[in-house]
Amino acid sequence: MAKRVGMEVSIAIAEAARQANVDVVSAYPITPQTHIVEHLASLVADGELDAEYITVESEHTAMSACVGAAAAGARVFTSTSSQGLALMHEILYLAPSLRTPVVMALANRALSGPISIWNDHSDVMGQRDTGWISIFANNGQEAYDLTLMAFKIGEHPDVLLPVMVNFDGFILTHVIEPLYMFEDEELEGYLPPFEYKYKLDTDNPMTLGPVGLPDVYTEAKKQQDVAIRNSRKVIDEVLKEFGENFGRKYNPIEHYKSDDADIILLTQGSVTEAAEVAVDALREQGKKVGIVELRLWRPFPFQDLIDALVNAKCVVVLDRCISFGGQAGPVLSEVRSALYHEPKRPMVVGCVAGLGGRDISLENYIEMFEIGENFLKTGKEPEIVKIVGLRE
Amino acid sequence: MVELRFHGRGGQGAVTSAELLALAAIEEGKYAQAFPSFGAERRGAPVQAFTRISDTPIKTRTGVYHPDMVVVLDPTLLGSVPVTEGMKEGGILAINTKHDPAEVKEKLNVKGSVVAVDATNIAMEELGVPITNVVMLATLLKADKLVELEVLEKFIAERFARIAEKEIKAFRRAYDEARVAQ
Repeated sequence: MAKRVGMEVSIAIAEAARQANVDVVSAYPITPQTHIVEHLASLVADGELDAEYITVESEHTAMSACVGAAAAGARVFTSTSSQGLALMHEILYLAPSLRTPVVMALANRALSGPISIWNDHSDVMGQRDTGWISIFANNGQEAYDLTLMAFKIGEHPDVLLPVMVNFDGFILTHVIEPLYMFEDEELEGYLPPFEYKYKLDTDNPMTLGPVGLPDVYTEAKKQQDVAIRNSRKVIDEVLKEFGENFGRKYNPIEHYKSDDADIILLTQGSVTEAAEVAVDALREQGKKVGIVELRLWRPFPFQDLIDALVNAKCVVVLDRCISFGGQAGPVLSEVRSALYHEPKRPMVVGCVAGLGGRDISLENYIEMFEIGENFLKTGKEPEIVKIVGLRE
Repeated sequence: MVELRFHGRGGQGAVTSAELLALAAIEEGKYAQAFPSFGAERRGAPVQAFTRISDTPIKTRTGVYHPDMVVVLDPTLLGSVPVTEGMKEGGILAINTKHDPAEVKEKLNVKGSVVAVDATNIAMEELGVPITNVVMLATLLKADKLVELEVLEKFIAERFARIAEKEIKAFRRAYDEARVAQ
């Protein structure tokens, strides 16, 4: 039986990689992700994990090593944050286009400048179009579970794509909280050894990653887009099977009291649970409010999102990242445009909060619902980039 | 839900205190969080750590601004850190001091109870180092039995495996010597 233990979330994520029996880990330490790879380095050094830990001089090389190892048929794990992810940018595109299923634990952190080691979602949003499957965990348990599931999704023969699991840096990584950890035996058979059909093999040589001349490049990109859209079927299966086997159910879109809600706050990550407290408080005052969480970021769950939102009067989208000079944030612009063709659609307004480690208080969440209420009354957006919790 | 804030200096074990308490609460089937203040900690500099304990799942993820209980591991912090800031009325201040708890209560204008012990002295005599985390946990529990002593002792023994006996002795001695001013 799974054990209920108190554990630092970073360690739990590293343990998930151990229990997935990864073959190769390559990573470069960066706050707030460091404890994850530190723990894995110890496990390898102590002989508790039979894997190759490739130390590197930068995240760019870490991701290069990961893609190379995955191309050779290895089960591969890495972890990073912030500037580290940004430094991987060039190679992040290669993993999906070469169809190498690397799993990355991304401890979400702000980007410079000014330098900030604290949490927001600027890092993941900057890599939105690299072609990775991207999913959000809201607490330690989810980060552990989703890391295990990420291998199952990415390595599925119908998928063969890299997966990043997002979880808030510090807010989750550095917290000790109760988690149900699987005994190793419980996971037996859950992740069979990775059998990569297209692996690099000196006995059967082939070329991987050649130049794409104009006569094939477009088709290659089309295939890649088809592949990530098709991955949705496997994602649904893996989430469903995990729920059936282990009792914890995950969905691409999560709901909290949103069925009859007039105003819905749209969230990603650990703010989801925190905002539930505000919903409970407002519900006690008779306000019909709820939360929808966009757990699966890529592939974007269009229909599920539309179904979850169309009956509301107003959706307030919380972005943890600013899109400078554009709509408030990337989540707002995606959600708003996803609803554009719906004959009946809610009003959509955005706000930005929790940048660079700024706490989002209960009062801040209540203010977000008030933004929705006022928008409904007046029909006017407060301002293009409404920042909640800004000191003025 | 009970929220706690630990004040110490880097290296004294404020973070360990917060963690051990959360681990004991989780072991008892409760929900708990323990986390450091998310900054660039340095040995000797004032640091904070936090614990939340609840009978129901904890959804909040902010810092602790209105603690029910405050634990001060180092008496020299009093001059430079406003340790009672935001403390709830009727709360508990557990403090490492040579002074009488009633005196501390009056001086710091604590609208709650104060539990005091000469933690540095106990740590020096029992452990030979001025690391007061375990001693101050015992002091806190004297004022409020947040977790069972035996459960916490189990985690202390695990964390300090090489000097477990000494730590447990210091823990029990602090529990005996701590004095409460209501």
